Amino acid sequence: MADPMRIRAQASGDKATVRVLMAHEMETGQRKDAAGKVIPAWYIQQVHAKLNGKDVLSAQWGPAVAKNPFLQFMIKGAKAGDKVSVSWVDNRGDTRTDEAVVT
Amino acid sequence: MMRILWAGAAAAIAASSALVWAQQKSSAEGIAEYRAMLADGNPAELFEAKGEALWKTKRGPKNASLETCDLGKGPGVVRGAFVELPRYFADTGRVQDLESRLLSCSETLQGISAAETAATPFGRGEQSNIEALVAYISAASRGMKFSLPQGNPEERKMYELGKRAFFYRAGSHGFACASCHGDAGKRIRLQDLPELTKNPGDGVGFAAWPAYRVSSGELWGMQRRLNDCYRQQRFPYPGYGSEVTIALGVYMGVNAKGAESVAPSIKR
Repeated sequence: MADPMRIRAQASGDKATVRVLMAHEMETGQRKDAAGKVIPAWYIQQVHAKLNGKDVLSAQWGPAVAKNPFLQFMIKGAKAGDKVSVSWVDNRGDTRTDEAVVT
Repeated sequence: MMRILWAGAAAAIAASSALVWAQQKSSAEGIAEYRAMLADGNPAELFEAKGEALWKTKRGPKNASLETCDLGKGPGVVRGAFVELPRYFADTGRVQDLESRLLSCSETLQGISAAETAATPFGRGEQSNIEALVAYISAASRGMKFSLPQGNPEERKMYELGKRAFFYRAGSHGFACASCHGDAGKRIRLQDLPELTKNPGDGVGFAAWPAYRVSSGELWGMQRRLNDCYRQQRFPYPGYGSEVTIALGVYMGVNAKGAESVAPSIKR
């Protein structure tokens, strides 16, 4: 089971800024361990964000994204009290979804 | 015609050196800007969350949590404990920093061997748990000012020992901590180095650790920070939670009196 994300969503004017911190190794598959063996690739491939259950963002990620990624985006028309949910799927099929309320 | 060309070339050289100078001037500012951008999404938060859960989880052979651990302000008090460490503990009869205190707490309360954890490489097994706990405990004192107690003779002795260790030159290159941290305005490559013989300011030097290292994606406590300082000095590695590391902590911490802690911070 993957570690939880930290999601903060703040409304200002007619939009909300969402900041997401994800806990993930994001291993590229290019590195070798002390014994010289390749460390298998392990990274987030898909990211989806929803506002009150409606898709607002979808992204395809690759191994170039850093460990413990930070994602920031804005949602037009989001107001305080709305629910933002973010989920990711990695190349091992592991997934994690977390939710936050816009403040 | 020739003369005009020369004048043009000279102007071009002058312009390019001015450009180089402008770039050099802004490199330290550039790093500060980069840190500010990263600080907004500091992954140390992930370690804080993990540490908080670990503090409350029943673990080890004794199946107990750390919630009754005394970090110096009474059993279970986390807030404000970090800015008064290292300090003397009557139950163990020695001065301890946060990490060595956590080792004794997890040994007495949870039955997890302190010697085994101390011998574990950084970032693995029980060591990675200590790192998360350190993030959580230091974060509970964020914004508070360092005020290490010096009332006990053991604490004053450790300060003097730390001072000696700080100025002690050895190793293949004759380095001491003071070679890099004894004066203001020094740097390694582009990193400004804090002057640790006095309070270097809020959130600088001792008040900036533990920290998340972006380059390695790891959380470093003071023990690991000092371990790496000694590596760079070409000294033998100090033992985890050893007397010299704690003494240096006392020396830096007492010197940093009044500095505001920003830990866990973010470093390149």
